[in-house]
Amino acid sequence: MEVTFYIASAVAVYATIMVITRHNLIHALLYLVLSFMAVAVVFYILGAPFIAALEVIMYAGAIVVLIIFVIMMLNLKAEAVEQERKWLSRGIFIGPAVLSLILLVELLYVVTASGVSSSGYPMVDAKAVGMSLYGPYVIGVELSGILLMSGIVGAYHLGRQKKKIVHRFLEKAEE
Amino acid sequence: MDDVPIESGLVLASILFILGMIGVLTRRNIIFMLISVEIMLNAAGLAFIVAGAKWAQADGQVMFIFILTMAAAEVSVGLALILQIYHQLKTLDSDAASKMNG
Repeated sequence: MEVTFYIASAVAVYATIMVITRHNLIHALLYLVLSFMAVAVVFYILGAPFIAALEVIMYAGAIVVLIIFVIMMLNLKAEAVEQERKWLSRGIFIGPAVLSLILLVELLYVVTASGVSSSGYPMVDAKAVGMSLYGPYVIGVELSGILLMSGIVGAYHLGRQKKKIVHRFLEKAEE
Repeated sequence: MDDVPIESGLVLASILFILGMIGVLTRRNIIFMLISVEIMLNAAGLAFIVAGAKWAQADGQVMFIFILTMAAAEVSVGLALILQIYHQLKTLDSDAASKMNG
């Protein structure tokens, strides 16, 4: 069972190296998703299934999609179509597909073989995490709420763009 | 059942952290720098998870949830800053923003 940990670690390190050496942003994000998924498999092997799910949902889901949204917002030019055609070459997907296939096989093996906990570490399930999170760490939860609130306000304030007013009579019509 | 030694988990976390740090130091594209910061935060969370697995306590996972929250807030503010920099400077090069012009 130990070998599953090392395979997932190797995939994570390789995908991370590919992230920081890519020239193309979308290819880097593809490998970034793969790196997060490999780390999620490591979490599962280490007996943290709730955190593994959270890693996939938050990191590989929300944060990467947010970055992709911003990239797509920045590339609103005429050459974007040509760029898109160039990015969709078939050879790009082979590396991430092979690596994620390795991870899938490994995950299926870990899930199906010998119950849940696979590496000798006891499984700490979501109930224990929740009891701890809302028990002794409840002040941390409230501080996280404040942090997220300030993050929303800060992102709104920073992301707001000044409207360009071309005519003073159009100023009211625009608002 | 054979254990995964805790050292190998910590070594993995430090390798990922160092890779993220190399990314921050070498890349000039500001979105790549943000991605590298995400990798570093993820590696720090991995170290917490490894330690929590070692002691079979939920505290490491609670800390990971806090790191996750901070990463989400950080990436939203960072992306808003990137949008603003791109509209001001028309580039994603971080060297172009080396002066604050206050």
